[in-house]
Amino acid sequence: MARDMSDKEILKMELDQLKLEVNTPRTAVSTTAPEIIAFVEGKSAEDPLIKGVPEDKNPFKEKGGCIIT
Amino acid sequence: MCDQTFLAITFGPCDNCSQNKPLMNIYLKNEPINYCSLCVELMACQGLAKGETIHTLKAESETLKTKLEEERAKLHDVELHQVAEKIEALGQFVMKTRRTLKGHGNKVLCVDWCRDKRRIVSSSQDGKVIVWDAYTTNKEHAVTMPCTWVMACAYAPSGCAVACGGLDNKCSVYPLSLDKNENLAAKKKSVAMHTNYLSSCSFTNSDMQILTSSGDGTCALWDVESGQLLQSFHGHSADVLSLNLAPSETGNTFVSGGCDKKANVWDMRSGQNVQSFETHESDINSVKYYPSGDAFATGSDDATCRLYDLRADREVAIYSKESIIFGASSVDFSLSGRLLFAGYNDYTINVWDVLKGTRVAILFGHENRVSTVRVSPDGTAFCSGSWDNTLRIWA
Repeated sequence: MARDMSDKEILKMELDQLKLEVNTPRTAVSTTAPEIIAFVEGKSAEDPLIKGVPEDKNPFKEKGGCIIT
Repeated sequence: MCDQTFLAITFGPCDNCSQNKPLMNIYLKNEPINYCSLCVELMACQGLAKGETIHTLKAESETLKTKLEEERAKLHDVELHQVAEKIEALGQFVMKTRRTLKGHGNKVLCVDWCRDKRRIVSSSQDGKVIVWDAYTTNKEHAVTMPCTWVMACAYAPSGCAVACGGLDNKCSVYPLSLDKNENLAAKKKSVAMHTNYLSSCSFTNSDMQILTSSGDGTCALWDVESGQLLQSFHGHSADVLSLNLAPSETGNTFVSGGCDKKANVWDMRSGQNVQSFETHESDINSVKYYPSGDAFATGSDDATCRLYDLRADREVAIYSKESIIFGASSVDFSLSGRLLFAGYNDYTINVWDVLKGTRVAILFGHENRVSTVRVSPDGTAFCSGSWDNTLRIWA
């Protein structure tokens, strides 16, 4: 576990990890950003917290009156 | 164990060079050693040699980190909010507390929704785990854990069980029965065992496997039925505070964030750490995947939330304001991913526009730190839990 490892071992672990990561394939932000935006735009229409829910359909709407159970 | 050094002078043969000299009685790692002063000096130099190796490792680590940054910077040709400028801004937000769930005796630490969109499980410092019906605010089940500070709780995908854990270093699964009189604690199943507190747990796509993260710096995947450890994930150098599974369509990965300021993405099958991000300036309290699975957001004690793009392998947005100085304890996305809800230690919840990077609303209502924020599975509402012992449902 991380707490039981000496500083040297932790550094070794980080080093091995970094060596792996330097070689990971990456895509440019100019490609991925529009894709994220397209995804969001597509789904925003259906997002209840954005478009709002009509009061009568909202299961969390305020309840009027008292309920005696 | 700390090295204790006590000095007392005696005369005799040295343990190291066997010459008769004034000895220095030294305790190294609780073992008494009698060395003459010359050998003590030599030993101190050996320590230096070890230090040197740590230095070389550190230097190599630094060069690799710079190289990594360069590689990442090459692909950073545009900012997310620049591309998002042409999108229309969001309208005025009206979100209020629709329900307040009272019943916990102490700070609420964790909350999870059931897939049926109406039930919620919450856990608290007082050791109680309560299952609520969010529509009616009724409590359906209550379990008392044998430990306090139940920091993690999760609802099973089937809705038939809940998992929870905390200072007991374990994750236990309680099957929920329809019979209100049945003692749930009797059916408890201990699944995970860590060597430090359990900070977060989550069922995978089925009731059969649980993923846990712990203060001991590791994450682990367990089989619920047998309690067996299926895979463990080592890579954090400090407590892991939070984890989140990728949305099912995107495959077998999960992200974890911890006190070492790092957010790591792991492959569940191989146990390999595939990507790592270290741009936060303090502990990462919460991590959450973007609905598409291509990005994730983090909330941290440095008072910022950040969005990391997995395919571009870098941070693409920071959500912060000069006026926000308290740490963000929990983050969650709305259904489409346009909104990011973040609960802060200054008792508020800030709602951010993910694409433009601006804040769209602040929600007040809690009377103490907001410890957890979760959006319901169908996106119609979100629930926040706080140190003021209550949960609030906002819609």
